[in-house]
Amino acid sequence: MRLVTVAGPPSSGKTSIIIKTIEELRQKGFAIGVVKFDCLSAQDEELYAAHNIPVRTGLSGGLCPDHFFVSNIEEALRWAEERKFDFLITESAGLCNRCSPHIKDVLAICVIDNLSGVNTPKKIGPMLKLADIVVITKGDIVSQAEREVFAYRVRQVNPGGTIVQLNGVTGQGAFYLAKLVEKTTSVETLQGAVLRFTMPGALCSYCLGERMIGDDRQIGVSKLVNFRGDE
Amino acid sequence: MRTDMLHRTIDELMEMMPWIEDYLSSFAIDPSQFGRTKLENLGSILTEEYFEERGSDYQTFIDGFFLFIEQVKVLQEGNVLTVGSLTVLPGHNKNGEKEEFSVELKKGEVTAIVGPTGSGKSRLLADIESLAQEDTPTKRRILINGRAPDDEERFSTEGRFIAQLSQNMNFVMDLSVEDFLTLHAESRMVDEISHIVQKIYDTANVLAGESFSRETPVTQLSGGQSRALMIADTALLSPASVVLIDEIENAGVDKVRSLELLVSNNKIVLISTHDPLLALSADQRIVIKNGGISKLMKTTDDEKKHLESLEKIDRKITQLRDQLRTGKEIDMSDLLA
Repeated sequence: MRLVTVAGPPSSGKTSIIIKTIEELRQKGFAIGVVKFDCLSAQDEELYAAHNIPVRTGLSGGLCPDHFFVSNIEEALRWAEERKFDFLITESAGLCNRCSPHIKDVLAICVIDNLSGVNTPKKIGPMLKLADIVVITKGDIVSQAEREVFAYRVRQVNPGGTIVQLNGVTGQGAFYLAKLVEKTTSVETLQGAVLRFTMPGALCSYCLGERMIGDDRQIGVSKLVNFRGDE
Repeated sequence: MRTDMLHRTIDELMEMMPWIEDYLSSFAIDPSQFGRTKLENLGSILTEEYFEERGSDYQTFIDGFFLFIEQVKVLQEGNVLTVGSLTVLPGHNKNGEKEEFSVELKKGEVTAIVGPTGSGKSRLLADIESLAQEDTPTKRRILINGRAPDDEERFSTEGRFIAQLSQNMNFVMDLSVEDFLTLHAESRMVDEISHIVQKIYDTANVLAGESFSRETPVTQLSGGQSRALMIADTALLSPASVVLIDEIENAGVDKVRSLELLVSNNKIVLISTHDPLLALSADQRIVIKNGGISKLMKTTDDEKKHLESLEKIDRKITQLRDQLRTGKEIDMSDLLA
C-alpha cells in the first residue's frame, strides 16, 4: 500500500486537492481510498462520495485528534489492504499547529493557502516544517507577488520541501502533485514506524475531564507564563 | 563549505549572507544576541528543548540552514529556468482529432489565445504550465528551447518560471504599496531594493489611469491600479520568463503599454482574451476550437493598420468613462464626425 498523509489547517483546501489528485491518479488506472480524521464533524464524506471515492471517517470527539490519528492509522491501512487499493490517502486537520501526523518514510504533504497571511508559515509547526511536499492553494485569487513572497516564507521554515502551487477549483497543478505522489514507495505495515515529531506532551487533570479552573485543580504536566516579564 | 560555515560565528555569517536572518527568525533566533557564537555551538547553547519547543530539533535546524542557503543561491542566480522559446507540439482535440501543427512561442513576443468560453484555452495554459509530455488529456508535448525537459527539470522548477495574472486576482496583504514592493524585492534577493521599488511604482503609475501614492494600502487600490501594479511588478521583479494572462480587458489600465512593458523585459507573453485591441496587439494568435488548436494566425499588416483606429475607440471609451465619473455630459460629437 502506498500511504500518503495530508495535513493542513482547516479550510486550506485539503479535500479539494486530494480529490483533484485522485482524479489524475485514477486516469492511470490506480485505485485510491481516503480516510478522513476529524474532531467533531466531517461533511466531506459526501464530497468524496460524489466523486466515487471510497472514504471512511474517524471522529476523535473528546480525544486529541492527532493522538487519535496515530492509534487508528494501522486499522486504516488494513481497511485499504482489504479493499485492494493502490493508494491510501489520509486527511487530517492540524488543529493546534504543534501536532503533525507525518510518519518517517511515508510521504507527508502539508496544505496551506495563500490567504492565510505571510506570517502563518512561521506559526505552523512540524506539520509544515517536516512535510516532504508543501501544497500552496488559492493562488488564483492573490497577486503573483504575493504568491512569490508566500512561497519564500514557506521556504524559510521548510527549505527541503517541494512546493506545489495547486488550484483546488480548476485542478491546475494537480497533475504535478499526482506525479510526485505516484513516485512514493509502498509500506507493508506501520508496526515499528516512527512519527517524524513528538506529539505535544500533556497529561494533566484537564486531559482527564476536569472542568473547574483553579490551582488546586491542576495536577500533572502544566506550564506557567510570566506575563509581566521583568516589570 | 559546510564545515567551514559551522566554524564561523553568526556575525561572520551575517556579514556574508545578511538574509540568513530570515531563516533564523523562523526559529525565533535573534542573530544580534548570538553574534560571537559559532554556528556549530548554537545547538548546545540554545539546547535541544529550545528547538523542540519550536516544533523541530537541532539537526533539522542545521540541515535546513544549509538547504536554505542553496535555495537562496538559486534565487540570486536569477531565473530558475531560462526560457528562450516554448514549442507546443500537436496533441488532439476533444474528438480525438490530431492538431495539425506545432506553435512556437518566443521571448519578447505576445501570443493571444482566442476561442469561445469552454473551448480549451485554460487547458492550453495548463499544458504549458505543467510542461506537458503527452501525459495530459490533450497529449500535447511542450519543448523548452527546442528540446523536451527531463523529469528533473520539469519538476524542479516548481512553477517558478511562469507568472500568472487574471481578472480574479486581488491583493490581500495588509501593507502599503511601498512596503509591499519592498517585501517582494527582499524575498527576491535583489541588490538595490529602493531603486527597483521606485521603478515599479513609477511604471505602475504610468500604466494606471489614476495615479496613487506609495502610502496607499495595496488592498485599497482600484481595480485598474491593482492590475497596473501587478503588471509592473511581474515585468520588473518576477523571476518568471513566461507570463500567462487571463482576461484583463476591463481593468482600466493601459493595455497596449502593459504588453509592451512585459515584452521589453524579455518575457514570453500569452494572453487569453476576447478583446480585439489586445488580440491585435499580439504578434500571433492561436484559435482554439473544441479543445484543440485549430488555427495559428500571424497578425497581418492590414490588421495592424486597424490597431490604430481600435486604440482610438478604446481611448474614446476611456474618455466617456471619465466624463461619466466626473459628472460631465457625454460628448460623442468627435465620433459622429
